[in-house]
Amino acid sequence: MITVEKLEKHFGKLHVLRGVDQHISQGEKVVVIGPSGSGKTTFLRCLNLLERPTGGRILFEGVDITDPKCDINRIRRKMGMVFQQFNLFPHLNILKNITLAPVQLKLMSQQEAEENAMRLLKRVGLSEKATVFPRQLSGGQQQRIAIVRALAMNPDVMLFDEPTSALDPEMVGEVLDVMKQLAEDGMTMVVVTHEMGFAREVGDRVLFMDEGLVVEEGTPAEIFEHPQQQRTRDFLQKVLK
Amino acid sequence: MLIATALAENIAGNASFLENWWNAVSPKLMDGTANFWETIYGEIYRNVIMEGRWLNYLKGLGVTLEVSFLAALVGVILGTVLALMKLSRTPWLSKPAGAYIHLIRSTPLLLQVLIINFGIFASVNVDKIIIGVIACGLNSAAYVAELIRGGIQSVDKGQTEAGRSLGLNGWQTMRLIVLPQAIKTALPSLCNEFIVLIKETSVLAYIALTDLTKAADYIRSRTFSPFTSYIVSALLYLAVISIFTKLVGKLERRLRRSDNR
Repeated sequence: MITVEKLEKHFGKLHVLRGVDQHISQGEKVVVIGPSGSGKTTFLRCLNLLERPTGGRILFEGVDITDPKCDINRIRRKMGMVFQQFNLFPHLNILKNITLAPVQLKLMSQQEAEENAMRLLKRVGLSEKATVFPRQLSGGQQQRIAIVRALAMNPDVMLFDEPTSALDPEMVGEVLDVMKQLAEDGMTMVVVTHEMGFAREVGDRVLFMDEGLVVEEGTPAEIFEHPQQQRTRDFLQKVLK
Repeated sequence: MLIATALAENIAGNASFLENWWNAVSPKLMDGTANFWETIYGEIYRNVIMEGRWLNYLKGLGVTLEVSFLAALVGVILGTVLALMKLSRTPWLSKPAGAYIHLIRSTPLLLQVLIINFGIFASVNVDKIIIGVIACGLNSAAYVAELIRGGIQSVDKGQTEAGRSLGLNGWQTMRLIVLPQAIKTALPSLCNEFIVLIKETSVLAYIALTDLTKAADYIRSRTFSPFTSYIVSALLYLAVISIFTKLVGKLERRLRRSDNR
């Protein structure tokens, strides 16, 4: 579904991605872990071109999205993204947050979009919040809404950028539960996270990134039980304690 | 209260009481035997009621409001366009916008008015109100542009990213997500800019537009009262801006609805 070839990203002199090759298949759940500054968030943001790569190619469903002629807005409809800081639109109520893009892009009528939104809100247990504004909700609720907003576009893949890092500890669970449910439904997911429990439980494949490269990858069992690289062992030792 | 009562009576065509009072008091004012209150009321009578002068104020106020409103409209629309141009990554959009804003902010409004009136519209017969709207609108746009630009830049980058990640294009994201938040942030300063504009239109007296200030000046030239007509027009400015401030306060409270926690 997504093929990444020799992906490179420079921020000025900073060489953040030093040639990443990856293939993500339909229905696969890929979890990206690694120390901060390892390039994992940049890698994720390159996948929908929020960051433009400075080298290499990204193919999405057979289309080279790094080609300047590619209509990235059309591609992004099929790639949902969830941010660390939720990024709900504070001036719109929850229902408008969810229906804005599908209606503006003429994918659905207002009524269809609202019905779809209500169905999704019900799934995450927040249907009674349809008419409130984002700042009236807790962080966990906001992030669940953000997931719904991305799902309302019927994406083929969901990208998660540290979705629980900005949450109070007691709210992490409710967001992870929604993500697990999504995984069970067969959604293709790429998740950058510090939640090792989630990585182990949900991930089909775990990528350990450091200094702009995928240092080691494998099933959760391989990575967490038998890491081959010294850097992986050091990192896991620090985070798992 | 006296002014209001007097106006009401005048409008009703029943000015006999006031006229009688004036006929009794005016000789005393002439020879300096009038008491304090008679002097004050006499001034008000001569500068507001006599010869229907209150109509001059109201007409002047009407012109001031008309020019200010239309100039504010020009200012907000053009100012938003300028702000978007200045923030553009394309140099041939951002450079001219920056230059325009700099030019307007670095020269006096009065000079701009004179240049537009006697330079650009010298040989054409255009309504002074239109010239006033153009001059004040072009001027206000430069200030509004900076306020909107500040508002746009205060909106978190994540908002743009969220919009773009949903497949909205740059303009849709700006129009539906960033600008509404930017304008809400800029609203108190925009309100301030409009208040300044209402008062600054008084420079249009220089091109013989009879606004509220010019009307007061005209009345002074007829009555020779040192400042009464000016005080009256000052009170009218105060009243208008008080009402406007109240309305904006209401609007801001409504917009803050979404901030409730």
